[in-house]
Amino acid sequence: MPVELTERDRGMLSGAEGAASALAMGIVVEMADVMGADRLIDVASAHVDSCLYHGLAGLNFAERLAEGAARVSVPTTLNVAYLDLLHPGLNRVDPETAANARRQMDLYVAMGARPTWTCAPYQLAERPAFGEHVAWAESNAIAFCNSVLGARTNRYGDFIDVCAAITGRVPFAGLHRDEERRARLVLRLDGVSERLLHSDALYPVLGHLLGREAGSAVAAIVGLPPDTSEDRLKAIGAAGASSGSVAMFHVVGVTPEAPTLEAAIGGTREPEVLVTLGRLRSARDELSTAAGERLGAVSVGTPHASIAELQRLAGLVASSPPRVPLFVNTGRDVLAQAEAQDVLPALEAAGVRVVTDTCTYLSPIMGEVDGPVMTDSGKWAWYAPANIGVDVVFGGLQECVASAAAGRVVRDESLWGSDG
Amino acid sequence: MAEARTLVAGEATGEVLVLEEPLSFWGGIDPATGVVIDVHHPQRGANVAGTILVMPGGRGSSSSSSVLAEAIRAGTAPAAILLLEPDPIVALGAIVARELYGLVVPVGVISAGVPTDRRLWVRAGAALKIEPA
Repeated sequence: MPVELTERDRGMLSGAEGAASALAMGIVVEMADVMGADRLIDVASAHVDSCLYHGLAGLNFAERLAEGAARVSVPTTLNVAYLDLLHPGLNRVDPETAANARRQMDLYVAMGARPTWTCAPYQLAERPAFGEHVAWAESNAIAFCNSVLGARTNRYGDFIDVCAAITGRVPFAGLHRDEERRARLVLRLDGVSERLLHSDALYPVLGHLLGREAGSAVAAIVGLPPDTSEDRLKAIGAAGASSGSVAMFHVVGVTPEAPTLEAAIGGTREPEVLVTLGRLRSARDELSTAAGERLGAVSVGTPHASIAELQRLAGLVASSPPRVPLFVNTGRDVLAQAEAQDVLPALEAAGVRVVTDTCTYLSPIMGEVDGPVMTDSGKWAWYAPANIGVDVVFGGLQECVASAAAGRVVRDESLWGSDG
Repeated sequence: MAEARTLVAGEATGEVLVLEEPLSFWGGIDPATGVVIDVHHPQRGANVAGTILVMPGGRGSSSSSSVLAEAIRAGTAPAAILLLEPDPIVALGAIVARELYGLVVPVGVISAGVPTDRRLWVRAGAALKIEPA
């Protein structure tokens, strides 16, 4: 099925707006065919992950765009990159890689994208409106955008994100369409204690299970408290987009397209999975690759910590300062808020190492670590063993801080007990 | 009838590697070697370089397109990829490597019948043709 193009689309394709626009439009049109779209639609904004260095291919692509005088045509934010520009002393990268990674970052800024360097663009002051079509990359941000904001993006990968930012166009397919946003699977919590429901440790674990069960399907979760916070929804999406390809989920009574289960599934009957304490416990165990008490370091803030999460961390470390290195990743905009609210001085006084612009699991910031690393993030737990070669232990934020203070893994097993 | 569809055109021959679970290229393979590094994957340690890679699909990461393009540039990518479910991010990595370097890794979708042959010849064009080689 040929993709229907407007006159402007065809003009861009043939080079009327420059070589970079022609390359970008060519990729958008070819992807429309891959995705089975019959036309393109406008996007209001973009979030670009192509700025993260993975080797020469990504840099060469940015260079090719820059040679063709690329400019973004819609407001565009940038994802985490390979370097912490605010804390250069933290980067443990060889000079050649550092230079390449930096050049790739600079090229995207020169195209007109904002140097936000965060994987949590939904924490920035301006965010997409309900129902708005956008082009977001970064798997956790995609899940948040669709699920929590009710804005519409497909699972855009590196390269097409910036092609969409340049052309302002994306294929009309997938989660841009009403019918693709309905849940095809129901996850119903069964017998989960109030205490666990009100613990942040539950949410990454539930997300991990969601990814395992749903794969790439949209699922509806039933049984979470109506006041479930954005930070907890963030944790579900980030874990679900790591163990699975979750790009959207509903939480009935919480997320905007799921006031009721009927609204989320759109009147059909869908298969149901019971989320019992036993299943949650095994999902939690899957997130750890090490057992025992040994602890080398702690890393929290993946996806980037919000101001509320930094405040909570500052409160916890004030009474239990870390004895092993404790890292927190956050965005530079949130860091500025933390500075203004005296949260940053409190973190620094307790010895917390604050990382911005990048993340401890994609750049070798932590260096040699003597023992497993504890994290409160399902996503960090999923990727860190392969990416940076460490063993991981999963626990909630409170457990992470208590462990850092004790210098050994301390977990509250009663949280996951049947009588919790 | 099994539906087979071309996502990225091209032709390739190679040994078949069938992945039992989805694999995210980012955090899943080392683009310097082609080795599967995902600790959660049952086939950790296998090498995808030069294979006809048959896989259920990708996982979440949106960086997988970059890592596939980098593996194609570095010569550690599969010779062809056959997906059981369409995955635009996999196709995207192959499309960009072709645009940048003229290196072609065909990508197709086969919805049924995981091949049992040891070697395959794949021609992804208007139709997707797969034959023992």
